[in-house]
Amino acid sequence: MPKATKGPSPAAAKTERLLNLVIALLSTRQPLSRARIREAVPDYSDNDEAFERMFERDKDELRALGIPLRTEPIDPFFDDEPGYRIDQREYALPELSFEPDELAVIGLASRAWSHASLAGPAALALRKLEAAGVVRDEASVAGIEPLLRTSEPAFEPVRDAVLRRTPIRFDYRGGSGDLAERHVQPWSLTSWHGRWYVTGHDLDRDAPRVFRLDRISGRPARAGRPGGYEVPADHDPLTMIRASSGDVPGTTVAARLHVRDAAASSLRRRGTVVTDRSAPEGWDTLEVQVGDLRALAEEVAAAGADVRVVEPPELAEQVRSILRAVLEAHGGGAA
Amino acid sequence: MSTYESATSRLSRLLAMVPWLLNRQGIDLASAAAELGVSESQVVDDLQVLFVCGTPGHFPDDLIDAQWEDGRVYVSNADSIARPLRLGRDEALALIVALRALAATPGLAHSDAVDRALAKLEQAAGDVAEAAGKVSVDLDPELPADLVATVRTALTEARRLHLRYRVASRDETTERDVDPLRVVSVDGRWYLEGWCHRAQGVRLFRLDRVEDAQVLDQPATPPADLPERDLSGGAFRGSPEDTVVTLHLEPGSAWVADSFPVESVTELGGGRLEVTMRVGDPRWLHRLVRRQGGEVRVLAPGPLVEEVAAGARAALEGYGA
Repeated sequence: MPKATKGPSPAAAKTERLLNLVIALLSTRQPLSRARIREAVPDYSDNDEAFERMFERDKDELRALGIPLRTEPIDPFFDDEPGYRIDQREYALPELSFEPDELAVIGLASRAWSHASLAGPAALALRKLEAAGVVRDEASVAGIEPLLRTSEPAFEPVRDAVLRRTPIRFDYRGGSGDLAERHVQPWSLTSWHGRWYVTGHDLDRDAPRVFRLDRISGRPARAGRPGGYEVPADHDPLTMIRASSGDVPGTTVAARLHVRDAAASSLRRRGTVVTDRSAPEGWDTLEVQVGDLRALAEEVAAAGADVRVVEPPELAEQVRSILRAVLEAHGGGAA
Repeated sequence: MSTYESATSRLSRLLAMVPWLLNRQGIDLASAAAELGVSESQVVDDLQVLFVCGTPGHFPDDLIDAQWEDGRVYVSNADSIARPLRLGRDEALALIVALRALAATPGLAHSDAVDRALAKLEQAAGDVAEAAGKVSVDLDPELPADLVATVRTALTEARRLHLRYRVASRDETTERDVDPLRVVSVDGRWYLEGWCHRAQGVRLFRLDRVEDAQVLDQPATPPADLPERDLSGGAFRGSPEDTVVTLHLEPGSAWVADSFPVESVTELGGGRLEVTMRVGDPRWLHRLVRRQGGEVRVLAPGPLVEEVAAGARAALEGYGA
């Protein structure tokens, strides 16, 4: 795309000004006074008031980028006028020498975000780390592509809240489908099986809770000061998320099923075929140990006419009620 | 491709670009653009900005020297910004979170390189490394390490794989030969993408459904020029030949709309949804509907509604009901 070269656009002029300011503050050992800065950076206004406003904003913006801009007395004996500088040691990335295979996995980690909200920072970080010119050993990671997704609008505000320990409030669609405002001190943000979850202390329930980001309606709002609470030292987000999804290891019940030959391979994987005269011709008897009877009932219902429950009777009853509900929902009337 | 870039994000980009170019004197413009992830004209625009910046005084000797004649890029006289700025919070966070997830995936080879890279990064990131522990990604760490290693071997040695694979939609186990193309993690699951000789097409195989994998002696010979599939929208894809179905979802099953690629969603109030989606294998839908016990109701097409009812009736007959 050709570009008209009539002089810089306002945005380009500002980039130039900020870059000149950074270079000026990095190349000085002595803190620079405002007057010196005004001389050193060509774009600053002649108007005193306008300069002050512009310089204040520029300082804030550089700091927001993570540039360690220091305010120091120019003369240690007279602290009436502050000066400014950037210490090269505070500014620069520490000297890190990466091996080619290390840079390759860092490249992989960076690309993982390429379709997610951290794509920009991830790419910038890679460029900084590979600045020294070491060539990535791409062959060592050939054919591996982790892809992370963050399509939920709540991702960024929740990430900030978790990192800065800031209480938030948001409208949440619960299991029953209705929206309710929740107040939470977020502890962690975790992606499990492709979904993002925030764990934390639910101030309305006064108990630890797990929330799915895709059930948060709109953007969460800050509801308190950063650093306003502690995260429990023994907090284990995955265990909490698993428990909330009914994926809990614990006590198990033995169930016996009749399974048609070669059908229901996922159930077969979880159980063992036992010799049993009760199975009709062309069927096997399968014994399965389960923690959650409801989950097994759903699995058996999904398998349809290929699987029948022998015992326990509660399981058979659950499967029957699931199937009856399916039949009724599809115009089959009560069976 | 014109997304708005603020003056400050451009500054960040330039401060990272200068050290990168200083160590790659004479790189050709096209490669620089490709590796920096911007267009060639953007690189030239950026060099034009650098060219007018420099140390106070701004005499020619004070300015950054940037040249790009003959399509080769040279940058010099930029000592004060020759080192990159420290990693910002989100930069360190992104890399550390993804590397920790990779480190937890067994058998992904070079886990040693992942550990070494992580140690260096965590040291450089300081406090952020600790805070990054609050954000984590679980990339299916329960996969058997030897399975992942077998698939990796086939991939790096370009050899054919024999798979025993469970097809979830039909709940049956199949045997097939596959020429591996890549291993992709999408939505917290690892998939092998490969040319399936049985289907004569590119297929995705979820690694946790591979029951057995053997590396064969034959070389992998996938057809050349297979188009790269964009998986950024998820692993599931509707196809134009698929049947369009309309489903009514009760609130407890509203997750179906988030978990599968639906073509339209209508909110019916009270958390109930009506969605349309494309379904390739109706057996998958039958299983889903039966599992959800009436919370997922097929509204159309008519014949499918009757088949669902017939399937439920047949299953109930097994209980003498």
